[in-house]
Amino acid sequence: MSNLVDIKDLTIGYHTKYGRLVHVLRNVNLTIKKGETLGLVGESGCGKSTLGQAMMGFLRSGSKILSGSVNYDGINMFSLSPRELEALRGKRIALIPQNAGQSLTPTLRCGKQIEEALELNANITGQAAKDRVVELFTQVRLPSPEEMVSRYPHELSGGQQQRVAVAMALAGEPDMLVLDEPTTGLDVTTQAHILDLMRAIVDDLGTAMMYISHDLGVIARVSDRVAVMYAGEVVEDANVSQLFRSPSHPYARGLLESIPRLTLSGIPKSMPGQPPLPGTLSGCHFEPRCSFATDQCRTESPGLNDIQTDGKSHLVRCHHAEEISKQDFSQDLKAGVQQIVKTISEETALDLNGVDITYFNPDFVDRLLGKKEPPLTVSGVNLNVKRGETVALVGESGSGKSTIVRAISGLLPSKGGAIQFEDFDLTVSVDDRPMDLRKRIQMIFQNPDASLNPRQSVKELLDQPLKLYYPSMPASEREARMKELLQRVRLSERYLNRYPGQMSGGEKQRVAVARAFAADPEVVLCDEVTSALDVSVQAAVLDLLADLQKEHGTTYIFITHDLAVVRAFADRVAVLYQGRLCEVGTVEEIYSAPFHPYTETLLGAALEPNPDVAPKLIGGDTPESSPPAQGCPFQRRCPVRVGSICDEEMPAWQTPEGAVNHKIRCHIPVNELIQIQLEPA
Amino acid sequence: MFGLILRRLMLAILTLIIVSIIVFLAVEALPGDMATAYLGRDATPESLANLQEEFGLNRPAVTRYFDWFGGVIQGDLGDSLVRRKPVTELIGNRLRNTVVLAVASSLIGIPLAIFLGVMTGLMRDRLPDIIISTISIFAMTLPEFVTGTILIFVFAIRLKWFPAITTVATDAKITELIPNIWLPIITLTLVMMAHILRLVRTSMIDVMVSDYINMARLKGVPAWRIVWRHALPNAMLPTINIVALTIAWLLGGVVIIEAVFNYPGIGTLMINGISDRDLALVQGIAIILATIYILVNLAADIATLLLNPRLRTAIAQG
Repeated sequence: MSNLVDIKDLTIGYHTKYGRLVHVLRNVNLTIKKGETLGLVGESGCGKSTLGQAMMGFLRSGSKILSGSVNYDGINMFSLSPRELEALRGKRIALIPQNAGQSLTPTLRCGKQIEEALELNANITGQAAKDRVVELFTQVRLPSPEEMVSRYPHELSGGQQQRVAVAMALAGEPDMLVLDEPTTGLDVTTQAHILDLMRAIVDDLGTAMMYISHDLGVIARVSDRVAVMYAGEVVEDANVSQLFRSPSHPYARGLLESIPRLTLSGIPKSMPGQPPLPGTLSGCHFEPRCSFATDQCRTESPGLNDIQTDGKSHLVRCHHAEEISKQDFSQDLKAGVQQIVKTISEETALDLNGVDITYFNPDFVDRLLGKKEPPLTVSGVNLNVKRGETVALVGESGSGKSTIVRAISGLLPSKGGAIQFEDFDLTVSVDDRPMDLRKRIQMIFQNPDASLNPRQSVKELLDQPLKLYYPSMPASEREARMKELLQRVRLSERYLNRYPGQMSGGEKQRVAVARAFAADPEVVLCDEVTSALDVSVQAAVLDLLADLQKEHGTTYIFITHDLAVVRAFADRVAVLYQGRLCEVGTVEEIYSAPFHPYTETLLGAALEPNPDVAPKLIGGDTPESSPPAQGCPFQRRCPVRVGSICDEEMPAWQTPEGAVNHKIRCHIPVNELIQIQLEPA
Repeated sequence: MFGLILRRLMLAILTLIIVSIIVFLAVEALPGDMATAYLGRDATPESLANLQEEFGLNRPAVTRYFDWFGGVIQGDLGDSLVRRKPVTELIGNRLRNTVVLAVASSLIGIPLAIFLGVMTGLMRDRLPDIIISTISIFAMTLPEFVTGTILIFVFAIRLKWFPAITTVATDAKITELIPNIWLPIITLTLVMMAHILRLVRTSMIDVMVSDYINMARLKGVPAWRIVWRHALPNAMLPTINIVALTIAWLLGGVVIIEAVFNYPGIGTLMINGISDRDLALVQGIAIILATIYILVNLAADIATLLLNPRLRTAIAQG
C-alpha cells in the first residue's frame, strides 16, 4: 500500500518577542498509509497538536516551517495557495476538533452547518443536501436525526455535538481524518461509544485517521500504529500491540507505567522532572529524566532507529532501545505500583444522612406562574466517612458528585437531611461557619488555572490562609511554614516568588494542594484534582496526596470520573447516578461482582491502555438532563430493567452475603445480580 | 420565556415608579414653588396664597404626587403654568422632531459604526484599523459643541452646503425638517460612533479566534462567508445593549446639539423649561425621557433573548 501522508524532516518553530528561536517540532518523520489509523500520543506541549494542524496545512500565527515538508497524496501542503488549501480541506482531509461544543457556530442550526459543508465540499445543494444531512446523522448514530437537524449546537449533549462534528467531517467524503483529542471532556460511556463509531466508520469507508490524544487508553483502542512524541520529536513509532506490550523508549515506558489501571490497586510510578523545550539539549532530550541514561546520551542525540520486534518495524529514538525492549514490561509495571499502607480510624469524620439538594429557587414570578418544582438534584444520600479514609464519589457528569461536595463545603445550601462533622452541622453556609471549622475543611479544585489568582505570587497565595487561620503567627514563622509546605509538595523554595503563569499545570496543582494544607485541615474535598493533568504528573499528585494523608490522617472526599484513578487511590467508593446513590462499598467490592447495572456499565466503558482488552458497551450513551420523578434513578438506561416496579419504586438497599459495608440499590435480588453478565447492546 | 419577560416588565414598571418619585422629590426640593416662579417680582403674600390655592399647591406633597402620577399614567402630564398650556401639547411636536433626528441618526450612524467595527476587527492593528480607531476616539473625546461648531463653520459658512441653524417652526412638516438635520446627524454620528465601533471591534476579534471560526476555515468555508455567516451574528450579540443605550441617548433629546443647531426638539424645550422654572414641564419631560430609556432597554433585553439561541433555550426550559 502506498503512503497517503508522508511527513519528512519537519521542523516548525517561532521567534519569541526577544528574537529567540523556539522549536515546536524537530525533524519529524511520519507516514500514514491509506486506511490506516495512526495514534499520536504525548503529553501537553509535546507538539502533537501542531503536527495535527500542520497536516491540514495550517500553522499557528507566528510559526513557520524551518525545514522539511508535509506531503498529502503527493501534494506538498505548504506549497498550496490559500484558495487551493480551501479546496483541499474538508474535501480530501477533514478535521474533527477537540471541543465540538465550541467548534460549532452557536448561532447556526446543526443541519445548516452540515449543509454548508456539503455544498462546499461535495457539491450537493437544496433538498438533496437536506436528505444527505439526515443520512449522515443516521450514520453517526444520532438519536432522531430528523429532529437534530433543526437544533442549535448548545441544545445537544457533548457526545451528540461530537457526532455532529464527525458528520461534518464526513460530509466531503475525505480520504483522511485528523482527530484532535475528540473525546477528551466526554463521559467514559460516551467516549467508548464515539470511539466505537469512529472505528466502524473507518472500517466501512476505508478512511485514514491521525488520532491525537494524551490518553493511552483511547490510543490503544483506535490505533493501528502509534507514534509517541516527546519534546517535539517522535521517540517511538510502532505497531499498536508492539508498543503496548514492549515499549522500548524509556519515555514511552514511563508514560505507560504512570497510568493507573483498573486491574491494579496502588499508586503507579510517576516520572520525575519535566520535558525540556524542544531543541535545547545537545544530547537526547529525555536524558535528564531517564534512568537508563549514560554519558553517550548526554552528548549524542540518538536517531530514530528500527529495532525490529516480532519481525515488524519498530522505530525508537534511544541509544539503549535494544536492551530496554528485552526487559519484560508487564513485570516492571507490577513492580512499579506502590501500595498505600495506612490505618483508617473507627471514628467518624463526616456523616451524611438523607441529604437532599436542589438548585430550584423559585422567585416571586415563578410562584405567580405556579412553576412546578423539578425532581431534587441530589436526593437521599447517606454516607459515613471515617477519619483517614478516602471515599471516592464516582459517576458521569450530572451525577451530582460536585453538588454534594459543594454542599459539604458550604457553598450550596442543602434542602434536607443532615451533614455532620463532629458536633458541627454542615448544612450551614460557609459564611456562617466559625473560622475554626472553615480551617478544618478545605477544598482543592479541578483547575488550578481557575482556582489560583494569576496576579498573586505563590508566597501571597500561601500567606493568605496562614494569616487567616493563624492570626497570631508572626511573619517569620509564616515564612518558615510556607517553605515547609512547598517542600512537602516537592517544590523548591524558589517557587515562592513565582506567579501561576510561570509554572506548569502539575506545579500549579501542587501549589493548590499546598494552599489547602496550609490550614492543616482534617477533611479535604478534592474535585477532579488530577483530571486536568498529564498522566505522569497525575501519578505524582496522587502520590503526594497519599503521603500527606499518611502524615496527617487526613480524610479525603475524592471526586473523579476516572475509574482507574479510583482503583489506585480510594478506600471506598460511592457510585452515583443522577444525584442518587446506586452502590457503595470498598474498592474491591465495587470492582467485582455483584455489580449495580450502572456500575457495570461504567466499568465496561472504561478504556485500558491495552489493545487486547475491548470495552464492553452496555446500553446507550444518551445522557439524561434531569433525574426521574420517582423510582430507580437508572430506570431509563438500565439494560436489565425488571418492569414497572423500576419506574415506581426506589429500590431498597441490599447487602451481598458476607459483606458488611457493600450495598447495592436494585430491584434484582443480589444473588441474581452476581450471575448477570451484561451483554453489549 | 413568558416568565422572564414578565419579570423584566415588572422590573421596568418598578423602575418607572421609583424614577417618578425621584423626579417629583427633586422638583419639590427646589426653593420656592411654581407660584413663586410664576409671579416673580409681582408676588405679594396674598396673590401667592391665592395662586397656591388655585393650583392646589398647598396640599400635602404625597397627595400632589399621587395626583400628578395618576395623571401621568393616563397620559396627562398636567398644565404648564408659565406657558398656560397642557404639558403634553407643548411636548408633542418637539418630541416628534427629536424622534426624527434620533431615527435618522440611528439609521446612518449605527450601521456605519457596525460596519467600521467589523472592518477594524478584521484588520486588527493594521493601518486602516489604526486610522479609523484613532479618528473615532478623537471624535468621541471632542465635545459635541466643538464638533458642531467646526461643522457649521466648514459646511454651512464656507461651503454653504447645509443651513447653519434650523429656522423652521416647531410644527413644520417632516419634509421641511430634512434639509436642517444633516449637520446634527453628522455631529451625532461622530460622537456616538466610537462606543459601538470599539465594542464591535473587540467582539469581532474575540469571535475570529474562536474554535468555531477555525473550524469553519478548516472546513474550507470562503473568507467572506465566514465573516458573514459564522462571525457576525455572534459578534453582534454583545453589542445589542450598547446600541440600545445609544438609541435611548439619542431619543433623550441631545440637549447640547439641539441648542447648537437651534433644533426645535425636546432638548431645547427642556432647557427653556428649566431656565424659566416651568416645573410641570420639566417634570413631564423627565418622566417621558425615563420611560423612553426604560422601554428601549427593555426592548434590547428582549431582542438579546430572541437573537441568542442559547438564552432562548435556557428560558424555554425555565
